[in-house]
Amino acid sequence: MSSPAETTDDPAKAAPASRSSYDGLRLSALSKSYGSFHAVQSLDLDVPKGSFFALLGPSGCGKTTTLRMVAGLETPTSGTITLAGQDITATKPYRRPVNTVFQNYALFPHLDIYENVAFGLRRRKVGGVDAKVKEMLELVELEAQARKKPAQLSGGQQQRVALARALINEPEVLLLDEPLGALDLKLRRSMQIEIKRIQVEVGLTFIHVTHDQEEAMTMADTVAVMNAGVIEQMGSPGELYENPRSTFVANFLGQSNLIEGTVTSTAGDVVTVDMHGIQVSVPAARAHTDGGKGWIGIRPEKVLIGAAGTELDAPGNTVPGGVVTDVSFIGVSTQYLVKMPWGQELQVFAQNTGRDRIFRVGDPVELSWRPEYAFLLDHSQDVNAGAEEAV
Amino acid sequence: MAWLKERAVLVLGLAVLVYMFVPIFVVVLMSFNDPSTRNVYRFDGFTLDNWLNPCDDPAMCDSLGLSIRIGFLATAVATIIGTMAAFALVRWDFFGRSSSNVLIFLPMAAPEIVMGSSLLTLFVQGGFAGQLGFWTIFIAHVMFCLSFVVVTVRSRLAGMNDTLEQAASDLYATPSQTFWRVTFPLVLPGILGAALLSFSLSFDDFIITNLNSGSDVTFPMYVWGVARVGLPMQVNVVGTLMLVISLTIVLVGEVNSRRRAKALATR
Repeated sequence: MSSPAETTDDPAKAAPASRSSYDGLRLSALSKSYGSFHAVQSLDLDVPKGSFFALLGPSGCGKTTTLRMVAGLETPTSGTITLAGQDITATKPYRRPVNTVFQNYALFPHLDIYENVAFGLRRRKVGGVDAKVKEMLELVELEAQARKKPAQLSGGQQQRVALARALINEPEVLLLDEPLGALDLKLRRSMQIEIKRIQVEVGLTFIHVTHDQEEAMTMADTVAVMNAGVIEQMGSPGELYENPRSTFVANFLGQSNLIEGTVTSTAGDVVTVDMHGIQVSVPAARAHTDGGKGWIGIRPEKVLIGAAGTELDAPGNTVPGGVVTDVSFIGVSTQYLVKMPWGQELQVFAQNTGRDRIFRVGDPVELSWRPEYAFLLDHSQDVNAGAEEAV
Repeated sequence: MAWLKERAVLVLGLAVLVYMFVPIFVVVLMSFNDPSTRNVYRFDGFTLDNWLNPCDDPAMCDSLGLSIRIGFLATAVATIIGTMAAFALVRWDFFGRSSSNVLIFLPMAAPEIVMGSSLLTLFVQGGFAGQLGFWTIFIAHVMFCLSFVVVTVRSRLAGMNDTLEQAASDLYATPSQTFWRVTFPLVLPGILGAALLSFSLSFDDFIITNLNSGSDVTFPMYVWGVARVGLPMQVNVVGTLMLVISLTIVLVGEVNSRRRAKALATR
């Protein structure tokens, strides 16, 4: 963590030192503490220009605090924020080329929709307000509501006004603070697509804060998973899901079976692990432990299930001796809980392709997965981290 | 009997309303009274004279003028100071904030007669015994209106979400623009309510005013003084006018909020 002395109170003095060629948003060693509570701890983050970036984490992980520091509504305890090469750490919120879509929209109740959207332009004395507001209202399909007050609109419409009010200023970065939290599920889904469409259309940098992993994965190009004030892992949704580097990410983003094992050998790009007496292999690129004990991870939908003794078509890690303990049929797939010889229950999601019969509770089965889908995590991590917080 | 039982609530309600409105009705009625005897408390005949010559007794109109002037001035000053105090109490964390929040209630809780006499002591001790009049009344009225303004504006402010101000500042509004474009318009209804309350408190006050007025006479003091020899009917004209004005204000407010509610319903 950087010392407070490194923070720059004088922007003029700091500018040359911190001026970088990076044209996106860069957070360096950013920290925020409230007394002894560290909301954000020495955060380093680069958000490329024009990307749709999601900060994903359970409530209280520091994601909203990070967002508010970028907006200028919170002052960092230490660290710097640079935007398009400019140090904005100490810049007042009304001087930053950053706009926010607030969680509860924060529309001005005494102004109509038109004036709400025009607010930012009028404050900056930008010309052509009328044409810009009309264009923006068209983008969010609210031309007909221009003269209504916010209270006369539905939740989804208010959400779109909040988006238009921020977007019209063409900020370097648009911050979205759980913008869909107050909407019902169906509206959420359609707004996710809508916001993604608008982002592609306007090409601005969006930073979306959410606790909903599905929302983050659907919308963002890059997702940073945050936990307890630090970023656990960052990458494309596919990368995070397929190759999680910590038990928190493995459990928070979707579900994972994590099985204890001991590394026996590393040969080339394959790590062999002893899993309760069964040798399983994991690609070296997906092994995130230095040897010794570890957690072998496999996603439930990557696990194949078959009757005991049958030949499963997955060449690789085969684990015999399972007994089905729970079956839930959910239409497109069937979710099984299978009790393994070492006592652990593993989750298996099987697509209902019609090829295999549906097993019943008590059936003896064996499991199998392709080695390239497995991953290996450090044993020192809590095996249940993130499972409770996941939605 | 059964008929009465079914309508007991209605009948009782009407009775309460009559009880409340009889005195007001008497004021309106007596403003048209044409007293033929010295007994001014009896309706003798109908006339428009009282309305056509409201200043029949110049002393009454002088006192009314003084009350209105003091009312407006005290309201303006109390509203401005009180609003600023309310902002400080809600928005700033300073040493002694919670005790200030309690102390602000003291002037409202203290008996008027005590406040009045202690103010008089203060003025006399300060060497203003000879200058009791307009300015001492004004100072006294600002003092007792202040608490009511602070309490009214404070409750409005406390109910206001400060994310609106954050949103304004996020949308390039400087602190002063944020205040005048967002905060002030939203608190304005509370400030207006506080001003109305202040004016009626000031206009109405008798006890504190009587002790600190010197030789000046406000409207309530005039009515009190003249009541012993017989009220001029014009006092009822003033009373009726006050009633009409306050009713109009209430009605306009009601119509406005109805219109707003209707607009909400037809979205």
